[in-house]
Amino acid sequence: MADAKVIPFDDDRSRGAAVQRPARRRAAGSRRKGGGEQAAAVREPAAAREPAAGRESGVVREVQPLAGRIPAQEDVHVTRENPETGVTQPPHDEAGLEQRVARGLAFLRRRLTGDYEVDDFGYDEELTDQVLMSLLRPVYEKYFRVDVKGIENIPAEGGALIVANHSGTLPLDGLMMQVAVHDRHPANRHLRLLAADLVFVLPVVNELARKLGHTLACAEDAERLLGQGELVGVMPEGFKGIGKPFGERYKLQRFGRGGFVSTALRKGVPIIPCSIVGAEEIYPMIGNAKTLARVLGIPYFPLTPTFPWLGPLGAVPLPTKWTIQFGEPIPTDGYPPEAAEDPMLMFNLTDQVREQIQHTLYKLLVQRRSVFF
Amino acid sequence: MLVTGVARQLGGRFVRRIQHDPEVDRVIAVDAVLPEHHLGGADFIQTDIRQPTIARVLAESGADTVVHMDVTGTPLGSGSRATVKETNVIGTMQLLGACQKSPNVKRLVIKSSTNVYGSAPKDPAVFTETTPPKSLPSGGFAKDTVEVEGYVRGFARRRPDVAVCVLRFANILGPTADTPLASYFSLPVLPTVLGYDPRLQFVHEDDVIEVLRIASHEPARGTLNSGTFNVAGDGVLLLSQCSRRLGRPTVPLLLPAVTWAGSLVRTLGMTDFSPEQIRLLTHGRVVDTVQMRDTLGFRPQYTTAETFADFVRAQDPGLLPPRAVAAAVDRIAALPALSGGRTPTKTPTQSAN
Repeated sequence: MADAKVIPFDDDRSRGAAVQRPARRRAAGSRRKGGGEQAAAVREPAAAREPAAGRESGVVREVQPLAGRIPAQEDVHVTRENPETGVTQPPHDEAGLEQRVARGLAFLRRRLTGDYEVDDFGYDEELTDQVLMSLLRPVYEKYFRVDVKGIENIPAEGGALIVANHSGTLPLDGLMMQVAVHDRHPANRHLRLLAADLVFVLPVVNELARKLGHTLACAEDAERLLGQGELVGVMPEGFKGIGKPFGERYKLQRFGRGGFVSTALRKGVPIIPCSIVGAEEIYPMIGNAKTLARVLGIPYFPLTPTFPWLGPLGAVPLPTKWTIQFGEPIPTDGYPPEAAEDPMLMFNLTDQVREQIQHTLYKLLVQRRSVFF
Repeated sequence: MLVTGVARQLGGRFVRRIQHDPEVDRVIAVDAVLPEHHLGGADFIQTDIRQPTIARVLAESGADTVVHMDVTGTPLGSGSRATVKETNVIGTMQLLGACQKSPNVKRLVIKSSTNVYGSAPKDPAVFTETTPPKSLPSGGFAKDTVEVEGYVRGFARRRPDVAVCVLRFANILGPTADTPLASYFSLPVLPTVLGYDPRLQFVHEDDVIEVLRIASHEPARGTLNSGTFNVAGDGVLLLSQCSRRLGRPTVPLLLPAVTWAGSLVRTLGMTDFSPEQIRLLTHGRVVDTVQMRDTLGFRPQYTTAETFADFVRAQDPGLLPPRAVAAAVDRIAALPALSGGRTPTKTPTQSAN
């Protein structure tokens, strides 16, 4: 079973991306928990087809059970895809396609029979990796063309708290940060975002947020996640940041009450400041229909040059060019245990994080050539 | 030892099991109705715990341990919701009053429920024993348990010499469990709330018996069995996973429609689809079981998933048995058209649901 090659389901990208980041793709494949069963499931349908396939080419291999029909010339490809050679070939040929079909069906089969696992927070790693991330990735790569800097500041393991600025009317910045951490980090770490309670009130949104690994922004959940050694992302500006008018772009708002600092102090995890440039301009909010927002029970109702005037078309974000920079980690393990209760220290640390993010934002803005390129 | 609520399956099983323990000399089983199952030689006394006679029963028996299992969500047989509430609340008050007067009582075990935490979107993802609920349950069984626990806390203050153990059980499931959730899962088609996929936690009835046993005896070395403990199997299942493993299709409905349908079903008396049940099936609830492991020293035999698997085995196969679904997928895989190289582009979107 160990020799069965498992290529992640979302292989569409690997045509282009495998060349640049072969190591990452392989790591993702071997890291996946269900890798073994997946391969096992792949083989089962092949067994059913065995007689037909055997008639045609007479060859049914162990490693490539679905490649029964491929012409002999393409066997070269198949052998090259062997893990022993260590080279992942983009699946150009029919065999690769068949393999993907088989993997997709194995995945579908597991989903339809409920044979997958979620954690206590409702995080569905398999669904996130194979479906939801694949849906977000084109937005991340093609639409916003996110540039990631300083990914090495995120530790390869153990808890850490990523603190980022928040902007853009809709929390796309959090989702893009999640994709950035997952795709660019050598250990493919999963970012667990803390989201506002509104997210968990709304139908559909709450379901997707939970499955993506998000949870409610409260000290209990954050501490539990950090205690499990997870990477937690928080945007302490909250609605003040995401719903600020376009004129105040890239001006950091108040960082709540600094609860994130005491949480990090209690767990002794480093705080990683993160600056996101580009998200401010996706929906330039020129007005706020407060009465309508109150009626709908939401914190703000954005009016942009296009929304709601153009209807759903106006809700398409502007294709800005993004940069996400992860800054130097601020260690918190040197403080005594009672430090988490010390308001002075908390305010100082909060300011330090805030200053660092603001500073990096200005630096990135100076370097930026244009909003869209 | 005095055990209440023995006419129910769980109470009956507990009474039968506890008699095998060498520490137990005599078991007095109490309920308002005659149990249909045998009690394995326990002395059954038919009395209503809502009546003061329970004090006489307790005094005459000289029981040193009281296990109160008559806190339940569903009426037994043809009782109404009002009777259940009275048994839960008034019955507990009478029983606690009786315990307070009895100098013999050294230990009190209460079967409570994680319903006390309510279920709201603004709650933390995982409840610990000390988490205050954001929204107190407004009615139904959940409110009963909150009130029962309130009386028990008062009792514990007045009688500090009695070891009081409150066990907050997650949803109890198993081959014979007759809980509201079990009846929900035996519906042919599961109505769910559109756009919500609640996280559920189960505890197996065998584990319930076991933890009640641990709580009703002297604590083992290095453990403490007085206090409040969450009892749940490891892990979490989403409602969507449950329905797929059970092989029963779901009908997602809008929240108002579910509330309306729930009251309709309740009026018809088919199943207890109470508001707090709907809240549970909307927002879900997960509890932390560190206290149960570390302080009480109890390790459940079944995880949430294993409990559910055991429950599924005892159920009739649903309309979409997982095995048939799996076979259907395999048949698609075996289709010659697919091996010809057509990508099932709809696969990812389908599975996203």
